Amino acid sequence: MRNRKRTGWHRFINGVNISTFLVALFIGLPLYWLIASSFKTPVNIGVDPPQYFPDPLSLSNYKSAFVDYDFGIYFRNSLIVTLIATALVLFLGTLAGYALGRLPMRGKFPMLVALLMISVFPEIALIAPLYILLEHLHWLDSFQALIIPDTAFNVPFAIWILRNYMLGIPKEMEETGRIDGASPLRTVWSIILPQALPGIFTAGIFCFTACWTEFLMALTFNSSNNFRTIPVGVSLFGTIDITPFAQIFAAAVIATVPIGILVFIFRKFVISGLTSGAVKG
Amino acid sequence: MATVSMDQVNKVYPNGFHAVHDLSLEVADGEFMVLVGPSGCGKTTALRMVAGLEDISSGIMRIGGREVNDLSPKERDIAMVFQNYALYPHMTVAENIGFALKLRKLPKDKLDAKVKETAEILGLTEWLNRKPGQLSGGQRQRVAMGRAIVREPSVFLMDEPLSNLDAKLRVQMRAEVSRIQRRIGVATVYVTHDQIEAMTMGDRVAVMRAGVLQQCDNPQVLYDRPDNIFVAAFIGSPAMNLYEGTVGDGGRSVRLGSQQIDLPGAVTVAHSGLASYAGKTVVVGLRPEHLPAAQAGLTGPVLTGDVDLVEALGSELVIHFTIDAKRVVAEGAHAADAEAATISGEGVARVDPRTPAKAGDRLNFAIDTDGIQFFDPDSGAAIWT
Repeated sequence: MRNRKRTGWHRFINGVNISTFLVALFIGLPLYWLIASSFKTPVNIGVDPPQYFPDPLSLSNYKSAFVDYDFGIYFRNSLIVTLIATALVLFLGTLAGYALGRLPMRGKFPMLVALLMISVFPEIALIAPLYILLEHLHWLDSFQALIIPDTAFNVPFAIWILRNYMLGIPKEMEETGRIDGASPLRTVWSIILPQALPGIFTAGIFCFTACWTEFLMALTFNSSNNFRTIPVGVSLFGTIDITPFAQIFAAAVIATVPIGILVFIFRKFVISGLTSGAVKG
Repeated sequence: MATVSMDQVNKVYPNGFHAVHDLSLEVADGEFMVLVGPSGCGKTTALRMVAGLEDISSGIMRIGGREVNDLSPKERDIAMVFQNYALYPHMTVAENIGFALKLRKLPKDKLDAKVKETAEILGLTEWLNRKPGQLSGGQRQRVAMGRAIVREPSVFLMDEPLSNLDAKLRVQMRAEVSRIQRRIGVATVYVTHDQIEAMTMGDRVAVMRAGVLQQCDNPQVLYDRPDNIFVAAFIGSPAMNLYEGTVGDGGRSVRLGSQQIDLPGAVTVAHSGLASYAGKTVVVGLRPEHLPAAQAGLTGPVLTGDVDLVEALGSELVIHFTIDAKRVVAEGAHAADAEAATISGEGVARVDPRTPAKAGDRLNFAIDTDGIQFFDPDSGAAIWT
């Protein structure tokens, strides 16, 4: 009777659901602890036995992060750097991905291998030369000091994702566009790009997350408070003597919100294959 | 409304592969021309050259009398239906059908009217706001047709448009495509590897093999008077039985293994060229439907075979039998594994369903000598007068 239909709550008990639950617990618990602690009073954060639920519920940490610790500036800076870098990465990545995925071209393979090598190159090895370069350009303590290197580090990965996505779009799409009378640019814009949207969103989310959480370059290149991003700014909360955990928790919660919103909005695109129905299937 | 004319058209790929050899073909205005052949025979390449999706290595391609060798697909005023439909997945059915008109900057009210009219012809009206992903295979196929006919092209090109449908739907759509083509009356080039599709749909059928046009004629002529062994074997289902035979009596008889078949006067007159093969080997072709079971008192020529297998189709029996003559395989006409599985001396006959036959029997088949064919064993060419 292995195939008997299970009814009631029993049908939710199976290997897949249990392991999903365990993984969710593994990720969810620390997140819960972070969010819960951000609403505790500074004193209650370290009490023994620990408070599982904030009591009293306080918003003072959030207020303090903005008022006492310049979190608003860091948030704005992070947003500027991340949005511009992501836009640049997607613009370059889509064009290059289209060319490498769909156009007849010599030397595609060496180019892809080179891109792959660049994308796994450790950031820290380039920090010193980049610093010198930026110094010569008088770009230290500026947004472009982060935007340009962030773009450069993320573009190879985006090209790979988008190139693979473009490869999966049937070649008849361009041919039928040509017959319908669309110019090459029009074909890319009206026919290919809409179908590559899931790939563009996927690359976009990866790039956004990478730029949003980038620490090393942000710490090294921008030492002025006016150009610090969230990861650096929050790490420098407090003084040598005091670590304001409560405000750090609050800042960390706010910092996860944009990524959460992004994933929530675009999850459908990231998961779905939008091309279904284009061809037989 | 236009004609298509190919004059000595060649296609050689950069890697040296010669896909189409000196193809010369005329498609009249309103004619339904089918290009048929096994996979890799160059039929799709030929179609893509008409469309302008493939360059022409040499020769002249004309549409409506105008040379189009160097014109882009857009300038050729053609419409094409692809094997996988190539619908735009992010657009609705209406947007898919209207896309080409939108590119021509047709005013919105006119565009909507045309899309609606086309949808009505194809029975798509209630699906206009759906996306292709929400449609069945047959509906997608119709959208692909709609996208082509809405533009009122002067030539209609179709690349195996029915091959992704299941067998039943394919038969239905076959009739529908033919009906639509008659209705819009535009010269059509239709590519398929399915000879039944070719025979049922085409005003004329061009049989291709390895990039070379074998024969182009109306379906009945292809069936009755194939120019060579390849066409004979490719057209017809089950395929024609081909045996090695020896011509005797100055062309008045032929010997298949141990059996002698005397040819009636009408056959020797129609195939008078046989006389020059006296004493030599020829390939003898007998279609399964020209081998009914012999009735008592029959006087004409008879072929006797050992029954291997009987397939009852209800309307008829398909009998697989063996004789002691050498079976000839027309190279490339059938799938490679089917060729490899061919047993020497094997043959197929279609007989009356009430014929008492079972495996292991020895059965006499009356030969309908009007349908008998002869081919030169070296060149493969049919032997007539």
